[in-house]
Amino acid sequence: MTVSSTNHTFRKFKSLALNALCIACAVLVILPLAVILFYLVQKGASSLNWAFFTGVPKPAGAPGGGMGNAIVGTLELLLLASIIGVPIGVLGGIYLSEYGGERLNTWIRFWADVLNGVPSIVWGMVAYALVVLPMKGFSAWAGGLALGFIMIPLVLRTTEEVLVLVPRSYREAALALGLPQWKTIARIVLPTAMRGIVTGVLLAMGRVAGETAPLLFTAFGNSNWNHHLAQPIAALPLQVFSYAIAPYDDWNRQAWAGALVLVSLTFLLSSGVRLFLGNRLQKNT
Amino acid sequence: MNSTMTPEEIKSAPAGNAEKPPGAIPKPDHKPAPAPAVSAARPVAALTVKNLSVFFGKHQVLKSVSLDVQARAVTAIIGPSGCGKSTFLRSLNRMHELVPEARMEGDIRLFGQDIYSKDVEPVIVRRRVGMVFQKSNPFPTMSIGDNVTVGLRLNGISNRATLAERTEKSLRMAALWDEVKDRLNAPAVSLSGGQQQRLCIARALAVQPEVLLMDEPASALDPLATSKIEELILDLKKEYTIVIVTHNMQQAARASDQTAFFYLGELVEFGPTAQIFTSPRQKRTEDYVTGRFG
Amino acid sequence: MDAQMTSAPVSTVPVAGRAQSGSRLADRAFRFLCLAGAMAVGLLLVLVVWQLLKGSHLSMSKFGWKFLTSKTWNAVTEDFGALPFIFGTIISSIIALLIAVPLSLGTAIYLTDLAPPRLRQPLTSLIEMLAAVPSVVWGLWGLFVLVPALQATLYPMLQKWLGFLPLFQGPIYGIGLLTSGIILAIMILPIVTSVSREVLRSVPNLQREAAYALGATRWEVTRIAVLSYARRGLFGAAVLGLGRALGETMAVTMVIGNTPYIGPSLFHPGSTLASSIANEFTEATSDIYLSSLFELGLVLLGVTIAVNILAQVMVRAFTTAETRRVA
Repeated sequence: MTVSSTNHTFRKFKSLALNALCIACAVLVILPLAVILFYLVQKGASSLNWAFFTGVPKPAGAPGGGMGNAIVGTLELLLLASIIGVPIGVLGGIYLSEYGGERLNTWIRFWADVLNGVPSIVWGMVAYALVVLPMKGFSAWAGGLALGFIMIPLVLRTTEEVLVLVPRSYREAALALGLPQWKTIARIVLPTAMRGIVTGVLLAMGRVAGETAPLLFTAFGNSNWNHHLAQPIAALPLQVFSYAIAPYDDWNRQAWAGALVLVSLTFLLSSGVRLFLGNRLQKNT
Repeated sequence: MNSTMTPEEIKSAPAGNAEKPPGAIPKPDHKPAPAPAVSAARPVAALTVKNLSVFFGKHQVLKSVSLDVQARAVTAIIGPSGCGKSTFLRSLNRMHELVPEARMEGDIRLFGQDIYSKDVEPVIVRRRVGMVFQKSNPFPTMSIGDNVTVGLRLNGISNRATLAERTEKSLRMAALWDEVKDRLNAPAVSLSGGQQQRLCIARALAVQPEVLLMDEPASALDPLATSKIEELILDLKKEYTIVIVTHNMQQAARASDQTAFFYLGELVEFGPTAQIFTSPRQKRTEDYVTGRFG
Repeated sequence: MDAQMTSAPVSTVPVAGRAQSGSRLADRAFRFLCLAGAMAVGLLLVLVVWQLLKGSHLSMSKFGWKFLTSKTWNAVTEDFGALPFIFGTIISSIIALLIAVPLSLGTAIYLTDLAPPRLRQPLTSLIEMLAAVPSVVWGLWGLFVLVPALQATLYPMLQKWLGFLPLFQGPIYGIGLLTSGIILAIMILPIVTSVSREVLRSVPNLQREAAYALGATRWEVTRIAVLSYARRGLFGAAVLGLGRALGETMAVTMVIGNTPYIGPSLFHPGSTLASSIANEFTEATSDIYLSSLFELGLVLLGVTIAVNILAQVMVRAFTTAETRRVA
C-alpha cells in the first residue's frame, strides 16, 4: 500500500484549515466582549460625573439628573437578597457536604442545578404573587425576595463544592478531640472554607446585581430616593432599561453611563474577585 | 530527501513508485517478503539509533543512547521505573513530541532514512512505526471492525473488499479473528480487557507498519491474557520488527531476542537476551536482572 | 485554627453527662437548620410551580388547552392565546443555537487541544467575563448599535442574495426575530463554550494518543478520538445553552419588537414568552389579562424545566461515565 501523496497533502491541508477555523471561532467568541466594552466606554464614560452618581432622575425630557438613587437601590436590593439567599444557601450547602446521604444529595444537587435554569422573570412573578399582591404595592421587599430566590440555589452549590474540598482529616481531628459535630463545622470546617464561600457569595451577587426582569414588577423602580423598604425602589438595571427604551436622547445617553456602572459592578463581583482570590470555582452559573 | 536504501534491504524494491513527494519517506510497496537470506549475513537493522538524547524543558531524560534494533526480531527494553524506557520507545515514532517542551538530539533512522529530518512529517513516521499502549484504548464509539480499519480509512482506502480483507488479516494476526468474526459490528468496548488489547494490536497492524512498538502491553492484563499476548508477539516477529518495553523480566527473557537495559536515562547494556540474563557484562545489569534492585 | 481546637481540652472533656446531652441538642438543632436549608431547594420548586399554577388558574379555566394553540392576543376582547409567543421563543432560540453551538465548539476545541498552554487560562477567563455582562446591557447595545448596523448592512445583503427564501423576505425593520436570535447567541456563548470545554477536557489522553499513533493529523485526532467520544456531553452542552436561551428576557425584549407574530419572515418583529411577560405585566389591567400572563409564565417554566432536566441528565451521564472509566 503506497501512501498517496495527494491524499496526504489533502489531509494535511484539511487539518490546517480546520484548526484555523477553530482559532477563528475563538476570536469570534471573544470579540463581543471587546465590542461591548468599547461601546460602553465610548458612549457612557462622558456622562459620568458627580451629578450622575448623586442625583436623581429629572422629569421626562429635562436634561441632567443622575442615577444615584438607582445605584443605592441596587446595593440595598443586593443586601436584602443576600440576607435571604446567603444563610439558606450556606446552611443547605453545609448539609450536603457534612450530613447528607448519597442519594438525597444527588437529588438535591440535581434539582438545584435545574432551579438555576429557571428564568429570572418567573421568580419575579412568584415574588409578585407573594408580596406585591398582599401588600397592594411594589416594594424593595418584593424585589429583594425575588433576587433572594435566585441566589439560594447558586450559593448552595458553590458552598457545597468548597466545603467538600476541606480535608477529612481536619474534621476527624476535631471530633477525636471531643468537639461536637456542629462545633467542628462552625469553628473548623467553615473558617477553612470561608474564602471559597465568600467567593461563591460574591459570584451570586454579581449574577443577581445585573438582573432586571425580576424587578420589573416587584421593585418597580422609583424616580426618587427610597425611604421605606415597603416602597418601590429604583435599581440600576431597571433604570438603564427604562432610559434605553425612552424617546429622549439625554436619557439614552444616561442609559449608557448607567450600563457602564452596572457592568463595572457585575465584573467586580463576578470576575474581579475571582481573579483576585484564585479560580477555585469552575462553575457554569 | 532521497531514499537511501541499504543494500541488505529485504523488502521488495518499489515497483511503480513513480511519485516521490518531496520530503516524504518513499514507502515501498509492501508485499510479503521472501524468506530472509539472513543466516550468515549480518542481521539487518530496522532502526539505528545514534546518540539519542531527549530533553523535557531543562530536564534530560535520555543520555546519548545508541543501539540498533534488529529487523524481524523482538527487542526488549527493561529497566527500573523512571529510567527513560517509555521516552525511548516514544522517540522511535516521534510521539514524545506531543509533550510540550520536548526536544531531542541525535539520529534515528528507519531502514536508513532519518525520521527526524526536516522534510519528514511525524504523521508519516507514525504510520510506518505503529504503537500499542499499556492500557488498551479502542475507540469506544466505533465497532470492532471500524476500529481495525480506522487507520486505513484515514489514508483514503475506502474499497469495501480491501477493508474487509485487511480486517480479517489483521485480526488473524492478532489472534482475535475467531472470537470476533461474527460480531464485527459490535461495539469495541464489549470485549474483555485482553481482547481489547489484541484489538488494538490488530488496529496497529492493519496499516502495515514496518516496526511495532509496544509499551508494556500486558501489564494491565491477567496472566492468561498476558500469555496470549506473548504468544502473539512470538508469532508476529516472523513478519514485523517489534520493540517492547516491559517491567516483567521473565517476559523479556521469554519473548525477546535482544534486550536493552536502561538505567537513569542511560543505556547500560545491550545485547542478545540470553547473554544479558545469564552473563551480563555490566555490574548494574547483573544487579537488576538478579533482582537486587528494581 | 489551633486555638479553636483547644476550646475543648482533652482533660476536661466529659465522657458522659449533662454537658454531652446539651451538645447533642445543639448538634440536632444545627443539623436541622442545615437540613432546612437543603430542603429549600425542594420548597422553591414547589413554590414556583404552585404560585404559577395559582396565578394561571383563571386563564386555564377560561381557555383550557386552546390557550396553547390560539394565535389571538387581544387585551380588549380579553381573548388570549400563547401560540405566537411559543413560536417566537422557539425561533429565536433555534437561531441562537445555530449560531452559538458551532462557534462554541470550535472555541472549546481550540482551548482544549490547540491553544498554547499559557493562553488557555486567560482566554477562559475572558469568556467567563462575557458571561458577567447583564442582559439589559446587551439589549442596550443591541438596540443602539447592532440593530442599525444589521439594518444597514447584513439584512439587505441577506435579502438580496437569499431573498428567494421566505425567511428573508418582507420589510426590514432592524428589530425582529433574527436580531433577537443573534443577541441570544452572544449571550449563550459563554455557557456552551465552558461546558463543552469541560466535556472535551474529560476525554482521556489515551484516546488521543491512540489516534496519533496511527498517523492521524491533528484534526483527525480531534475528530476521531475527541469529538465522537464526547458526542453526548457536547449535545448536553448545547441543550444547556438552549435552556438559557429560552428564558432570556431583557435583551430579547429590547430588540424583538414585541409584536405577536407567526410567519416565515425572520426580519419581522415578534415576541417570546419571556419578553411579552416583561412588556405587559405592569400594563395588565384585568384579572384575566394578568392570569394569562401567568399562564405564559407557566408554559415558560414548564419548557425550561423540561429542557434543563434533559441537559443536566445528559451532561451528568457523560461526566459520571468518564470518572467511572478512569477509576
